[in-house]
Amino acid sequence: MELCSFLTLDSFITDPLTHDFMRKALLMSSLVAAVCGFLSSYLTLKGWALMGDAVSHSVMPGVVVAYALGLPFSLGAFIFGVGSVALIGFIKQKSRVKEDTVIGLVFTGFFALGIVLVSKIKSNIDLHSILFGSPLGISLSDVKQTIFISLLVVILLSIFRKDLMLYCFDPRHAKTVGINVFFLHYLLLTCLSLAAVVGLQSVGIILVVAMLITPGATAYLLTDKFDNMTVISVLSAIISSLIGIYVSFWFDLETGGSIVLAQTFIFLFAFLFAPRYGIFKLKKLFAGYK
Amino acid sequence: METINYQNFRIEAENICVDYNGKVALYDANLRLQPGQICGLVGMNGAGKTTFFNALTGFVNISKGKIRINGESLRSAQKDQTIAYVPQNEGIDSQFPISVWDVVMMGRYGSMNIFRCPRESDVQAVKDAIERVDLTDHLSTPIGNLSGGQRKRTFLARAIAQRASILLLDEPFSGVDIRTEKLISELFIQFKNEGKTILLSTHDMIHVREFCDLVLLINKTVVAYGETSEVFTPENITTTFGGISPDFLFGPES
Repeated sequence: MELCSFLTLDSFITDPLTHDFMRKALLMSSLVAAVCGFLSSYLTLKGWALMGDAVSHSVMPGVVVAYALGLPFSLGAFIFGVGSVALIGFIKQKSRVKEDTVIGLVFTGFFALGIVLVSKIKSNIDLHSILFGSPLGISLSDVKQTIFISLLVVILLSIFRKDLMLYCFDPRHAKTVGINVFFLHYLLLTCLSLAAVVGLQSVGIILVVAMLITPGATAYLLTDKFDNMTVISVLSAIISSLIGIYVSFWFDLETGGSIVLAQTFIFLFAFLFAPRYGIFKLKKLFAGYK
Repeated sequence: METINYQNFRIEAENICVDYNGKVALYDANLRLQPGQICGLVGMNGAGKTTFFNALTGFVNISKGKIRINGESLRSAQKDQTIAYVPQNEGIDSQFPISVWDVVMMGRYGSMNIFRCPRESDVQAVKDAIERVDLTDHLSTPIGNLSGGQRKRTFLARAIAQRASILLLDEPFSGVDIRTEKLISELFIQFKNEGKTILLSTHDMIHVREFCDLVLLINKTVVAYGETSEVFTPENITTTFGGISPDFLFGPES
């Protein structure tokens, strides 16, 4: 990678596209970003950031066990993701320990179990790619799984888009008019587990929670309409993924970290300059020039 | 023995108990309301007012007792959009990115198809409801930009759009401007004439005297229930508020 090769923007963008693994990485990461971004609107409004962190860490032993048994790793991840939430609910109900403490101790327990299992099973599991993601080394079977899960989540979220919005906004009203709140709760949890599973391929288990909350938080600062929030969230997630992958390609950086860092910078930009809710309120600055 | 015709009662709550993980929030509470009645729910903070509402909407399960709505189960009342709940201003996330129109449209969700696509009749119901609460100028305003009174009217419009025959209102007069207070009072009279049944919780004793045919004083259970003129006595109120004299509550005036 010579420095002169990306002196023009054109070659900066097109050169990586000549590599098959880069095309695949860009496509798959965009898809994953879109799914996580879509879900992100709901999670940030529902206040489920910590829950997202818990589920995404808890899938670790599931991934390891599934690899060891030769099963699709998404299946193992899903079981442990939902299992962790059930366990959190159970411990919270049966003890006097506060919820955030329960969440913290359950997901670290699951995560530790995963790490111990990896060291014991000693198969060809690449711990590094689970922890930090490996969008550049994604296999064909992983591609198929990712596409399948992503489509499933997008379809579910699209069908129950308005119900989930109502559930996040006013679950009591939902219940009063006969909408199945129990179902919506578990639907959102299921989508969260599935999104964590596909998200971990891009950025790894440790950072996947960023994919699930940062785009939503960015969008929340930029709009007062729920539909716009979803669109902005999805777009900012996709753009961050593309930027992250390009930057990691040219400067030889960790891809997952680059993607998340790109999201963080977009959030900071919104935090400072969002027209209504930013610190500097860009609208007012422009108005001053007139 | 006298046989009760349940059909005559809009709300029939019999010996209901609610506990949260073994902690009793409400016990042996009874309530019977007929069409066109307005009942005030009065009690201290933590006396179980919100729990009572939660039980009547089905948001929490009762551990004992029976609730019948129009003589039918709560489940079928939910399906029929019979009950509308108007939350306290503090009970909702005012920063949620949603407009007045969208909130009021949520009143129609229960009777729409699974994708919640509004039909022409839904759009009309929402328009009419917003007009009745005088928010037509704010159709697309995000609820975060509304005043407390306007927000309260938005949720009232949602209940109107739902065409519910039972309205449960949690502190409808707290934190609202005079104009909203007047509008809500007028709506109550209209609702009463339409035969709707209203249960409202309030801290303001003057409102109870003004609107409520009946009053339900609670402190974890029913302290007193009946016609406002008979039940809303200084003695009962003192008992409800754990020994604090009514003078202290309303000022020496009343």
